Amino acid sequence: MFWPFIKLLPAKTNLDFVGFARAAAALSIIAVLATAVGLYKPGLNFGIDFKGGTVLELNTGEKPVNLSTVRSTLGQLNLGDVQVQAFGAPNDALIRFQTPEGSDPAQTVDRVKTALNAAIGPVTYSRTEVVGPKVSGELFRNGITALGVAIGLMLLYIWFRFELQFGLGAVVALFHDVILTFGLIVLLRLEFTLTMIAAILTIIGYSMNDTVVVFDRLRENLRKYKKMPLREVIDLSINETLSRTIITGVTAILALSGLAFFGGEALRGFSIAMIFGIIIGTYSSVYVASPIILLWGVKRNDEAEPIATVLKG
Amino acid sequence: MLNLARWKVIACTAALLFGLVFTLPNVLPKSVMDQMPAWVPSQKLNLGLDLQGGSYLLLEVDTDALKRERLANLLEDVRGTLRTEQIVFTGLGQVNGVVTVRVTDPTQVEAARKALSLLGQPLAGAPGGRDMTLQVLGDQTIELSLVQEALNAEGAKAVEQSIEIIRRRIDALGTREPTIIRQGTNRIVVQAPGESDPERLKKVIGQTAKLTFQMVDDSVSLQDAAAGRIPPGSELLPSEEPSEPVQLVKRRAVVSGEMLTDARLAFDETGQPVVSFRFNGQGARRFGDATADNTGKRFAIVLDGKIISAPRINEPIRGGSGQISGNFTEASANELAVLLRAGALPAPLKVEEQRTVGAELGADAVQAGQFSTFLGASLILTFIVLAYGLFGGFAAAALVVNGLLIVALMSVTQATLTLPGIAGLILTLAVAVDANVLIYERMRDEVRAGRTPIAAADAGYSKAMTTIIDANVTTILAALIMFQFGSGPVRGFAWTLSIGVITSVFTSVLITQVLIAWWFRLVRPKKLPIV
Repeated sequence: MFWPFIKLLPAKTNLDFVGFARAAAALSIIAVLATAVGLYKPGLNFGIDFKGGTVLELNTGEKPVNLSTVRSTLGQLNLGDVQVQAFGAPNDALIRFQTPEGSDPAQTVDRVKTALNAAIGPVTYSRTEVVGPKVSGELFRNGITALGVAIGLMLLYIWFRFELQFGLGAVVALFHDVILTFGLIVLLRLEFTLTMIAAILTIIGYSMNDTVVVFDRLRENLRKYKKMPLREVIDLSINETLSRTIITGVTAILALSGLAFFGGEALRGFSIAMIFGIIIGTYSSVYVASPIILLWGVKRNDEAEPIATVLKG
Repeated sequence: MLNLARWKVIACTAALLFGLVFTLPNVLPKSVMDQMPAWVPSQKLNLGLDLQGGSYLLLEVDTDALKRERLANLLEDVRGTLRTEQIVFTGLGQVNGVVTVRVTDPTQVEAARKALSLLGQPLAGAPGGRDMTLQVLGDQTIELSLVQEALNAEGAKAVEQSIEIIRRRIDALGTREPTIIRQGTNRIVVQAPGESDPERLKKVIGQTAKLTFQMVDDSVSLQDAAAGRIPPGSELLPSEEPSEPVQLVKRRAVVSGEMLTDARLAFDETGQPVVSFRFNGQGARRFGDATADNTGKRFAIVLDGKIISAPRINEPIRGGSGQISGNFTEASANELAVLLRAGALPAPLKVEEQRTVGAELGADAVQAGQFSTFLGASLILTFIVLAYGLFGGFAAAALVVNGLLIVALMSVTQATLTLPGIAGLILTLAVAVDANVLIYERMRDEVRAGRTPIAAADAGYSKAMTTIIDANVTTILAALIMFQFGSGPVRGFAWTLSIGVITSVFTSVLITQVLIAWWFRLVRPKKLPIV
């Protein structure tokens, strides 16, 4: 009888997670360094949310878009860096450009639309996004602040609920996850937009969620097995929570994969980043957060109530 | 497990009913909803602009322009005052927001100071305060500067007025349910669902629509004026009349747009579209006097610094009404009438951010979102049943109620559902399952530790609870931050995520507990199906 599947997972695993920690740490450090290099060059592919500019999505109705006509028309408008690309169906196209220094973004869009209507006939615009330089700067600052505040709050929460060492372990794991997600964004040339910040914040939430589950068990086991070496307690806790880690991770990825494949252009990057974040968040709870606690050590004879009273209560 | 508290059953039933009743309006066709009695809830999910199509505009009131205008007026006032007082002066000008003037005769400095100090207006809210400060420097120079509080107050007033005027203009366009709110000190957010032509919306909102009637100055020929010999008190303005691309007009306006009481689209004798207007009492009197004094001359109708037309005055116009003819189409004449009725903006508006999504693209997004949500949900449901069997089925039932509750709560609170919000919804379902996974895994541990099925089930719930709370607080914290720092769609995402986390904890803990308790009573199992 194979069903329910949960019976297939061994009831008690005894994997030596901590033993792999050194190799995992090396891997993580290499990946973080690679991300640092990637962030420097080629750097993030900023969307207009953060660098300002205009995105137009246009549709020419029945006939296909002549991309070269669009390009040459826009070339005559002195817009500087213009990208014209096919987008979905042959009668759709996507245009991006930076507003030239000193000109009004809204008026520039009007100019572009008038010129395009004259050049390729009646065009409908399914999407128009214009972000002025002032606003894009603010959005960027707010986004980065949000990430910083999120990580800070998580540290405080874990510190409050557990111990400082746990908090530090969790935060190092968070930085790890956030940095590697940036790495993925750079690697896949995903557009870095406001929704990407939302994705990263969600990853922070999920990664913490995952770390908290492991820590919770670790704290419990530290009280239960007072004489067991820390290293073994950590391994035991990870093993005990392993089936939950796998099932929840698979569920989350299953849920998001529908979105990644069928959610449309707008959410693809967002869902890919989240799926990656879930995988990396799971990895980091096991291989980053917990080994760091081992590195720092914890107070064992703490003031916590003995497990027996918890059971009775 | 066996003594199930009554409140738990009641709470679950209430949640189920609430979810069903308030989700219904989103599912039933409109024709059915219309026949329902009035007390049946009818609020649907409030779709964001990215899902239903529409325009979002972030406008900034150019308060600097307001300040520049005030300074220019102050400068002209200083010139006028000193002339009337017959005080000789040099070097009148303004640098860095300060107007300076040097009085030539040292004996007249005190007289000048007295006369100029009367220029300031009393400052509202500060008794004895004035909106302008005046300073006499050693070398007979007088410096006048505007007080920052006064400028701020004026800026704030300009923003309020702009909101009112934008509202009137948009209402006149017939846009349905626009939202116009102030953001920060000098910004205005306009959200107009369904507006198909954002450029028209921008034009209607962004145009200052400052209308003035100014006399044409024909004391100098246009060639001389173009060469720079412009008489003081006159200015060259561009004109829309093709025969005369520029026109020399007197700076002083005879009448201006504030004095209009009405403006409408009309047609002249030849069938050309024109804008007919009517002045208030003051405007009618001034216009009547001016046309009587200047019969045979021409006056210019100036809109935002551009001459629309410059008709000749054939006879005094006393009735207080008239027509503006120009190069109009029916649509553009109507648009101008709308703008004139709504009034001129106190300061120019700049579009800082614009996001427009066509209704079709929005509908596509809704469809893709719906499909992905159903797909994601089915995958989760299937997986959880496969993984945990009967208990998985209980979790799946809780998940369905959870979905209902989220949709119901979003509909009741009219929170905006955005495209990223749909992603939040899907992720919430996954996190909801996590609570059940934690509980069930705990039960398995307890069985292994040698407990009876009932004791294990009880311990599963009580022991997993701390972990569930801890794990979900982190998600709520992340959502709070998004709400604080995010804008538009991101906030929608954060809101969906928060509602979802709360309903998830409720359903995955309570509903499964009730179901499992019932199952225990019914079956009296010897072992748990997940071990």
